[in-house]
Amino acid sequence: MTITDCSRHSIQMRGRPFMALVLAPQQPVADWLTDLDEWLQHSPGFFTGRPMILDVSALSLSKIELADIIADLHGREIRLMGIEGTNPSWLGLGMPPLVSNGRQAGVIEVLDPTTDARTTAHRAASSLLIQNPVRSGQSVIFPEGDVTVIGSVASGAEVIAGGSIHVYGALRGRASAGSSGDARARIFCSKFEAELLAIDGLYTAIDQIEPHLRGRPVQAWLDCDKMMITMAAVD
Amino acid sequence: MAKVVVVTSGKGGVGKTTSTAAIGVALALGGEKVAVVDFDVGLRNLDLVMGAERRVVYDLIDVVQGNAKLSQALIRDKRVDTLSLLPASQTRDKDALSEEGVSRVIDELRQNFDWIICDSPAGIERGATLAMRHADIAIVVANPEVSSVRDSDRIIGLLDSKTRKAEKGERIEKHLLLTRYDSGRAKRGEMLRTEDVLDILSIPLLGIIPESQEVLRASNLGQPIVASNATSAPARAYLDAVRRLKGETVAMMIPSNRTGVFAKLFRQRAA
Repeated sequence: MTITDCSRHSIQMRGRPFMALVLAPQQPVADWLTDLDEWLQHSPGFFTGRPMILDVSALSLSKIELADIIADLHGREIRLMGIEGTNPSWLGLGMPPLVSNGRQAGVIEVLDPTTDARTTAHRAASSLLIQNPVRSGQSVIFPEGDVTVIGSVASGAEVIAGGSIHVYGALRGRASAGSSGDARARIFCSKFEAELLAIDGLYTAIDQIEPHLRGRPVQAWLDCDKMMITMAAVD
Repeated sequence: MAKVVVVTSGKGGVGKTTSTAAIGVALALGGEKVAVVDFDVGLRNLDLVMGAERRVVYDLIDVVQGNAKLSQALIRDKRVDTLSLLPASQTRDKDALSEEGVSRVIDELRQNFDWIICDSPAGIERGATLAMRHADIAIVVANPEVSSVRDSDRIIGLLDSKTRKAEKGERIEKHLLLTRYDSGRAKRGEMLRTEDVLDILSIPLLGIIPESQEVLRASNLGQPIVASNATSAPARAYLDAVRRLKGETVAMMIPSNRTGVFAKLFRQRAA
């Protein structure tokens, strides 16, 4: 999205999606804050530098209670990028803005609070497992790593992963692996009927793929900027 | 416990309204108290298919906006007295429905009926999402052809995200009703086979309704097929589907329209 205005300096604005973690407190808030403190004791660096969204839709807060909870989180060095699920007129300048319509993008696995935060954050967030079919119109976006789908990816659905994509079912939609710039990512599926494949931004025209691969187990990878698609042995 | 069922499809013209009427009549014939609700505001058809178009005084919009009581808007069916219809408005459109108003109407219907069948409009916008919002069970209607199946897949995705049940983290019970099935065309590869549709949609099959001219005839007479011609193939298929909906195990078979003495003998022996 580019907006240029007619004065001497043209101001360009672009849209860019960012992944944010959402904190959703539950009632009673005081108990939730106590649990949060316990968590912070075991994983002290977890929120440092991480932009967070606060989702208060499960609580019915007043304006003052909302300001209090934001202050409580700032006191714990949790930086809020936005607030979800509240009255927009309560969020003045100096408070995080209202955000809405966030896309569900994978589950960051709950860390075991007894282990070290930094290393487990990387390990836990590197792979997303989906155990239901991905329905037409749904998008799965997971830039942190691999996506595994147990089920089919429907025509009109898309999977975008920073790592590889593994579909234990029919791949009928679009798959884009290595989306964060990883040319080593691969796409695997049990039944190849895809509409579009991309690895590290390189797309391939599906209609040029040999017909004998349709409906078979297939893997796709990049070999020096050329997409190779071959039969995969799946028992 | 009342059950709210939404009959939805995504694609238009696949048989939602016909199926809503047929399922409503079949359930009511079994003694259940049934309300069928037309959510297609502005393009209402359920009243026509039920033969009640000349008895519509108040409609769903009137009840939602508080201009009429639910009891004034409900039209009791002349054939089966445990069946009632809540028609839609023909002069307004979907924007006249409010979520809170629909919620109130459904809650009130739950007090008085065992089954509430909501006939969804086609599409994925507000009309369709409002119709599915309060459903406990969804019947996804699809024809065995590619665009209908893809649209149904989209609607199944919405059932898992836009319903109250999904928001609470519960799963809404989903069933596939395959309509306008022509076994000759399926065999010749002109239509998708049942297995192909099930492979793509991955939800349990409630019934297969064969293509039949009886259905159009019945609609034009304002008679749901189950009431007008209960021995016809589609009517028998709907009756089986309703038995499965109530939890009975019924072997899946596609009834044929074969008539004649020998065919009748064969059916009676197999029953």
